[in-house]
Amino acid sequence: MTSDSSSRPFGHSSPAKTARQGWMSARGWATLIIMALLACLPPIFYWTGNAFYLDLATRLTILAIAAVSLNLILGYGGLVSFGHAAYVGLGAYAVGIPAHHWLYGGLEGIGLATTSGLVQIPIAIAVTAFFALITGAICLRTKGVYFIMITMAFAQMIYYLIVSIEEYGGDDGLVIDTRSELPGLNLDDPLQLFGLSYVSLVAALLLVRMITRSRFGTVLHAAKGNNERVVTLGFNTYAYRLTAYVISGAMAGYAGALLGNFTTFISPEMMDWAESGELMFMVILGGAATTGGPVFGAATFILLEEVLSSLTIYWHLPFGLLLIAVVLFGRGGLVGMLTRDSAK
Amino acid sequence: MDFALFVIQTLNGVQLGLLLFLVASGLTLVFGILDFVNLAHAALYMLGAFICATLTFAVGNFLLAVVLSLPITAAVGWAVERFVARPLYTRDHLDHVLATFGLILVLDTAVHLIWGPEGIAVPLPDWLDGQIAFTETIVLPTYRLVIIAAGLGSALGLFWLVTYTRTGMLIRAGASNRRMVSALGVNIEILFALVFALGAALAGLAGMLIVPITEASIGMGNNIIITAFVVIIVGGIGSIKGAFIAALMIGLIDTLGRSYLDDIFKVFMSTAAAETSAPAVSAMLIYILMAVILAMRPQGLFPPKVR
Repeated sequence: MTSDSSSRPFGHSSPAKTARQGWMSARGWATLIIMALLACLPPIFYWTGNAFYLDLATRLTILAIAAVSLNLILGYGGLVSFGHAAYVGLGAYAVGIPAHHWLYGGLEGIGLATTSGLVQIPIAIAVTAFFALITGAICLRTKGVYFIMITMAFAQMIYYLIVSIEEYGGDDGLVIDTRSELPGLNLDDPLQLFGLSYVSLVAALLLVRMITRSRFGTVLHAAKGNNERVVTLGFNTYAYRLTAYVISGAMAGYAGALLGNFTTFISPEMMDWAESGELMFMVILGGAATTGGPVFGAATFILLEEVLSSLTIYWHLPFGLLLIAVVLFGRGGLVGMLTRDSAK
Repeated sequence: MDFALFVIQTLNGVQLGLLLFLVASGLTLVFGILDFVNLAHAALYMLGAFICATLTFAVGNFLLAVVLSLPITAAVGWAVERFVARPLYTRDHLDHVLATFGLILVLDTAVHLIWGPEGIAVPLPDWLDGQIAFTETIVLPTYRLVIIAAGLGSALGLFWLVTYTRTGMLIRAGASNRRMVSALGVNIEILFALVFALGAALAGLAGMLIVPITEASIGMGNNIIITAFVVIIVGGIGSIKGAFIAALMIGLIDTLGRSYLDDIFKVFMSTAAAETSAPAVSAMLIYILMAVILAMRPQGLFPPKVR
């Protein structure tokens, strides 16, 4: 995981100069280390009788996938989407709704009453990709603060849509009685669910890395720096951005399908704009436009939340102050600070 | 169609629209002039409600409490501008969004600490608690008319302030080109703080007006803020006139959609299908409207002429 600054032909500034140490940057090492820790520690906790920490790690891993997907458009593309939680929620409902019909009847005719993950997960991806395509086509016509607000409003639209459908529990949410059935996997086993989430996170990281280092990713990133210039060079940046938006939405939908399987209870609250804000915070906290940043961000976020909420019910107060402080003083996120230090 | 019900629902829509305008006008002013995205505007709405509720019980008079609460919410707005917003003016919108998102968490928890987790209900004075009968069938609660009057009054006051006063002239000039205004020797920092405090007071006023109907509760602003965003997007960010027209439009469409959409649907689909799909569609109606308007006019209906 060498520096990705080499793939920025338009002189776009990177948050921090990456220090090269041997064949791998400090940033790459940091990502490898946290991924190794994330692979080893949770099973050890589980085998030593601390199943709680495995659950924490599973949640962290799934949210990290969502954060990685957001980073593709927010970090690399400069598209500040404030509605990413809607995709996670839609993905979860793509697991919950077929499982609901499988148990209570309805929709058999079109094959949507099923607990098979091989049906549910493609639905989650297809539905979120389609929603991203439709809303993205409208959102991307706007820019700046319009984009922030319109993505937020579309997410809220899905929120109210789910709330108004009584069949799926409305406000009260929906219990997923049976987890997705996948060949060779039993998601009722917490260790296997964690394993699937972890492998998915690795796949998501590799996918985003592949995208950002491709010609496609270079155009996307260049358009973030100076859209007019890239358009003048003959690129249809709208199409590039829409493609990235759809990929990102579908990845978040996949994360949502995992999250539904993890919590086995889904509700419109998952799509609340506060959830979208938290995902954005994870990306910025970890370091936007870095491969491993969102994973750091998600890990720090979940652990902080865990520690602070065990101390006081008023934990949102220090948490909010921290958020403000990170924005005011912490440019470049955790990864930025880390690489700045090691560059000396 | 029942005519009396239609009139009542229309007035309910106007009332919602005017409350939305109070929240949205502050947002659009702050964005238009300061180029600052303030999510915490929702928290100022909530603070207005809580401060007013407390003062109502302290002084024993709802109207007096509203009058006293206005400068307090304006002062909170001024403090937010001074300590959170001002250091961020030179940053991008993403930083604004994140910092004010953090501020919402802080203010929500602060309200929880001060007032506890329960909501506070505020009783109306007797003379506002009655109903006014226009005809035998058209009967409206007095207080709803008060809200409409107060909303229209504030809108007119704001219009007068922006159009006919020197401050308003500076505000309009700032919205067009703030660097030029500051170059002409206007103390832009004071102007910014003033605009922020004004927006806070307007949002607070909306919270105070709604508190006898709903009650003051934590997070009460987080729903109305999204609708207010839709209002200013549709109206064109930075435009007071756009915010006013869009707020009334959205208030009416939302209220009337929830009441009449199932009747309309029954015209061309079965009763059962209409009754299941109407709530879902009416919940999404304003967002669909926003999408249609933005697809045609990405800058909203009335974008400010000079940026």
